[in-house]
Amino acid sequence: MDNQQNNKKHINLSGFKIKALYDPKDISQIDFDNDIGEPGQYPYTRGVYKTMYRERPWTIRQLGSLDSPALANERIRQLIDMGATGVSICFDMPTIMGRDSDDPLAEGEVGSCGGVAVDSLADMRNLLDGIALDQISVNLVSNSQSSVILAMFVAAAKEQGAALEKLSGTMQNDILKEYQAQKSFYFPPRPSMRLTIDTISFCNNFLPRFNPVSISGYHLASAGATPVQELAFTLANGFTYVEEGIKAGLSVDSFAPRLSFFFKVHNDFFENIAKYRAARRIWAKIMREKFKATDERSLRFRVHTQTSGSSLTAQQAENNIIRISLQALSATLAGTQSLHTNAFDEALSIPTPRSEQLALRTQQIIAHESGVTNTIDPLAGSYYVESLTNQMEKECNQYFKEIEGLGGVISAIEKGYFQKEISDAAFNYQQDLEQKQRIIIGLNKYVQEEDTQVELRETDPAFEKNKIKSLIDLKKSRNPDLVKNHLNKIKKVIQGSDNVMPVLIAAVEADLTLGEIIGVMREVFGEFKEESIY
Amino acid sequence: MQNKKRVLIARLGMDAHWRGSVVVARAIRDAGFEIIYLGNQTPEAIVEIAIEEDVDIIGLSTLSGNHLILAPKVIELLKTKKIDDKTVMIGGTIPPDDVPILKKAGVAGVFGPGSPLDKIVEFVAKS
Repeated sequence: MDNQQNNKKHINLSGFKIKALYDPKDISQIDFDNDIGEPGQYPYTRGVYKTMYRERPWTIRQLGSLDSPALANERIRQLIDMGATGVSICFDMPTIMGRDSDDPLAEGEVGSCGGVAVDSLADMRNLLDGIALDQISVNLVSNSQSSVILAMFVAAAKEQGAALEKLSGTMQNDILKEYQAQKSFYFPPRPSMRLTIDTISFCNNFLPRFNPVSISGYHLASAGATPVQELAFTLANGFTYVEEGIKAGLSVDSFAPRLSFFFKVHNDFFENIAKYRAARRIWAKIMREKFKATDERSLRFRVHTQTSGSSLTAQQAENNIIRISLQALSATLAGTQSLHTNAFDEALSIPTPRSEQLALRTQQIIAHESGVTNTIDPLAGSYYVESLTNQMEKECNQYFKEIEGLGGVISAIEKGYFQKEISDAAFNYQQDLEQKQRIIIGLNKYVQEEDTQVELRETDPAFEKNKIKSLIDLKKSRNPDLVKNHLNKIKKVIQGSDNVMPVLIAAVEADLTLGEIIGVMREVFGEFKEESIY
Repeated sequence: MQNKKRVLIARLGMDAHWRGSVVVARAIRDAGFEIIYLGNQTPEAIVEIAIEEDVDIIGLSTLSGNHLILAPKVIELLKTKKIDDKTVMIGGTIPPDDVPILKKAGVAGVFGPGSPLDKIVEFVAKS
């Protein structure tokens, strides 16, 4: 039988052996007041807010991006009409890599990856046209190019007449995980960190309701990190931003309240819940004890969640609907602030309107039909969940020691530590699948020869050509001297230590493009190359 | 061991997603083949390095949806340079309808999501 080979049957994804039964002895060490407490109170194990979903459910945040800014705008409006309360906007590969659509390297990639192509303020304007930015929370999934995207976002909001102090939303802007996992970096870690700190400091002053960084475990996990690695590395990155902000002269309580997080829900239902509960407790404790934060908002681990794209299978793709539902339920029982449910056809292609609608409705069914919003942290006190939460915390502290021993997160990146850990975990997981030590239905068990056909989205083959043409027209319409002036100003600021945001906003308002601005930054900062570890 | 088969693995174009490429590279290496791992490269650079490094197999990895444009371009560049001793394979998020298009363009092996590593290693061993 399969079970004989299935050596990992009772071992979770983090490698913890799970017992057949948990009982009061497993939680006898817990001091309820200090370790668990009440929701909305230190150490926030039970949730960051007092009322959680009783007042309003989590933010239902779906992807509002498609290749062209106009189509993405239409998509955002449809999502809002269908009841989404937040949107995430992803960018195409050239935008992510800081290249314009007309860059020779962008060939075949314009509008790729379900992301929108943003070259200039005109694109941002079209993307956000008619979206009430002070009401709908927009999550800009932007990293290495974040300072320029933020400049465009601010410029577009100003044109709309929105008050900057009312803008809610988030920017991913988490550069550390780029080196560790997502690999869309171009500058070396230290100048990248300077840009991040500039954006944090700018938002502090002008966009007090905007989250300038979303410290992301999602990508670490997608690249292969186990849940406990995701927990430990994400928190270590978070503390690194805190240290860097303090080093740059900011007081901890001036910026820590706006640091936000992004986690992935893996397949293991309870392990995931324990990960969130441990994250809240560890963040609160270390922020208070080590960084001396006193504003309670600095202690709150606020988190957006996405179901696991890498858990989806191309085989029997409709099974993914069930995986996504279970993961979404797990995220809500874990107390997430915001949730993105994937579409079931994503292992095959960019989602169709039908699969996207189903993903959105999954969350609405959980929120309105299942009853899980009636009470807060319903799994607290479970011998198993509390014990697992403790174990997560303990193992996480081990990782912190290891990272500290390497000289902290940035040094550990330079030494290839995370890259090796994650690459090993990815390989081990794949081996487990191949040897059927872990079961994925339709992939390595209950396999069917003939697969069900699913309808897939067709992309527009003329899009890239049209996008390039309109960009070239825009570039021709500008005064070349003015363009040069702006580029020189940017160069001067990034060679010094002033905040880069004001010159970037002025530049994008004069129609300078993302590729031009990042191009100057590449000249000054240089490019980061790493040895691939596998 | 003499005449160890040489396999180039590249992430095609700009697509930064790397998990598949490193897992496959490691499996091929562990099976006793030589790996030249490039990270992200344009079709031009991939072909140039493939010639320089005298590889037997070119493995392309992609998720972003660039495969129908950039993979045939690799094949075209090989043809232009009159190179006919290299096998091209691709892995990643390839919709089923695109498989025959890639095969027709000259990509010998297409490995979609969920492809077992054994099958990829076997393909390398046989080509």
